[in-house]
Amino acid sequence: MGIILAARGFSYRLGKKALLEEINFEVRAGERWAIIGPNGAGKSTLLKAFCRILASGEGLLLVGDKPLSQYKQKALARWISYVPQASGRDDLFTVREFVVMGRYPHLSAFSALTRRDWEEVERVLDLTGMADFAERRVCTLSGGEQQKTLIAAALVQGANIMLLDEPTAFLDPYQQSQIHDLLETLHQDAGVTLVEVTHDINQAALGHDRILGLRAGRVVFTGSPEELMTGRVLQEIYGRSFNLFPHPETGRSMVLP
Amino acid sequence: MSMDTGKYIFILVMLLGLFMLSLVIFPFIGIEGITPGEVLSDPASRGSEIFWKLRMPRVLAGMLCGGVLSAVGLTFQAMFRNPLATPFTLGTASGASLGASVYIWAGWSFSLAGISGLTFMAFLGASAALSLVYGFSRWRRGMPSEIMLLSGVAISIFFSSLILLLQYMSNQAHSLRILRWLMGGLEIVGYREILEPLPLALVGLAVIFLKRLDLNLLSTGEDLAAARGVNVDQTKLMLLLSTGLMVGAVVAVAGPVAFVGLIVPHICRLFFGPDHRILVIASILMGAVFLSGCDALARIVLAPAELPVGIITSLLGGPFFIWMLLRDGGRTSS
Repeated sequence: MGIILAARGFSYRLGKKALLEEINFEVRAGERWAIIGPNGAGKSTLLKAFCRILASGEGLLLVGDKPLSQYKQKALARWISYVPQASGRDDLFTVREFVVMGRYPHLSAFSALTRRDWEEVERVLDLTGMADFAERRVCTLSGGEQQKTLIAAALVQGANIMLLDEPTAFLDPYQQSQIHDLLETLHQDAGVTLVEVTHDINQAALGHDRILGLRAGRVVFTGSPEELMTGRVLQEIYGRSFNLFPHPETGRSMVLP
Repeated sequence: MSMDTGKYIFILVMLLGLFMLSLVIFPFIGIEGITPGEVLSDPASRGSEIFWKLRMPRVLAGMLCGGVLSAVGLTFQAMFRNPLATPFTLGTASGASLGASVYIWAGWSFSLAGISGLTFMAFLGASAALSLVYGFSRWRRGMPSEIMLLSGVAISIFFSSLILLLQYMSNQAHSLRILRWLMGGLEIVGYREILEPLPLALVGLAVIFLKRLDLNLLSTGEDLAAARGVNVDQTKLMLLLSTGLMVGAVVAVAGPVAFVGLIVPHICRLFFGPDHRILVIASILMGAVFLSGCDALARIVLAPAELPVGIITSLLGGPFFIWMLLRDGGRTSS
């Protein structure tokens, strides 16, 4: 499979402060990546740079086979979708109205929604298990339901790549597992390339093909879950030591906080 | 489906009906009683004269200003994600007023490319205020909308002080003219004063209408809007330019008529929900009906005296503003 997302010597500065420095990594189509690292490592900044929520930095970001700078914002949104953290959204839109807005990159200022747009919306509502909530206002939903709504709205963009910023933060264990199942479905069945920022090291090691470890704006690790789960690597990413134990059933390494 | 075509058309037809009804009924309201028979039967009658030459232009002016001010209010509320953002709270109207006051104070009388000096100066003032607010928002991206609003209020107070200074430095006649103009009123005679701002207003309204999907996304947050494909900076700049033009054009005609941009979009949201595909049209039509209705009220409430319409909208808007503040602290977009 070809490279679908890449950073080549990418740096991003805010004023004099470098938030990201000399970032290099390559994501192949269909892979599932986790980005981990301590707070302030630049994880969210990297996601936002790829969606051009932030102004452009130095160096190169590649999406598909072209540099990011060659995309118009709408065209980019047909390649990449973005799921922000879902803490306490106050939107008065219903779930369906909110998801419909995800079709924006397929509409022009003059065009109305077509039957195909509506079909896509209904399909995604079914897939994410939000069909029963379609008429509820987003602001009345639980954290997990809001997260699923955001994922649905991103999915309906029809992009091959989905970037998620801590999709399970603020959720209880049941809702966390629901989101993980949903993402696994998207990855396995729909073939969406996923890049997720997470603070959950075990989760990162469990469900992902590759892991990017950031610290203070620099890449300190790129590799597989097995390579990640060593004391030395984790020490390098987080600057502290972890206790690693073998999983009682699978034998894979896990950390205890 | 929540926003199917049927519902959309129903709301549109209803609002258009209300709009047409107002257009026909409001010109009959005033101190001088006139009857439909009089107007229809004899075009040369006193009733016809009053209807066509005095009242109709005034109703149309009210509709134009009301539609524009509420569309601008709606746009600001989506763009800045705050239900209290209006041409007034963001200082746009004060900016336009300052521009117009300078024009009156200096005793100028010029026009540029068919646009009167007053309109031009009002546009300059509105743009200056908008540039300041936009500058603040660019300077610190993700600045909370409360702070943005406070900076707008500060700009507004600053400009108002400058207007007071101008009044103080003016001779009595100019000072009185500025004061009267600041009260906001639609006491125009003839159609020329409507035709002048009309093109500016229509262009601005068209821009807002074409950007209705962008407004939906902006109201969910700039990050999300950008991720869905909205070119945020370009869209905001376009919207700010056109709202500046519109506020300038309208304030030059009617003075700073307050609170229309707050009350009308809010009522529309209560009735029709948060979707700008309906809200843009609804706000324009309801704003038109609201302001021309307030002006009809202003013509009769203290008969035989006529009130400036700005006093009526302020009397309604002040309590409404406080009610909204108390209701949700100006936080949610309802």
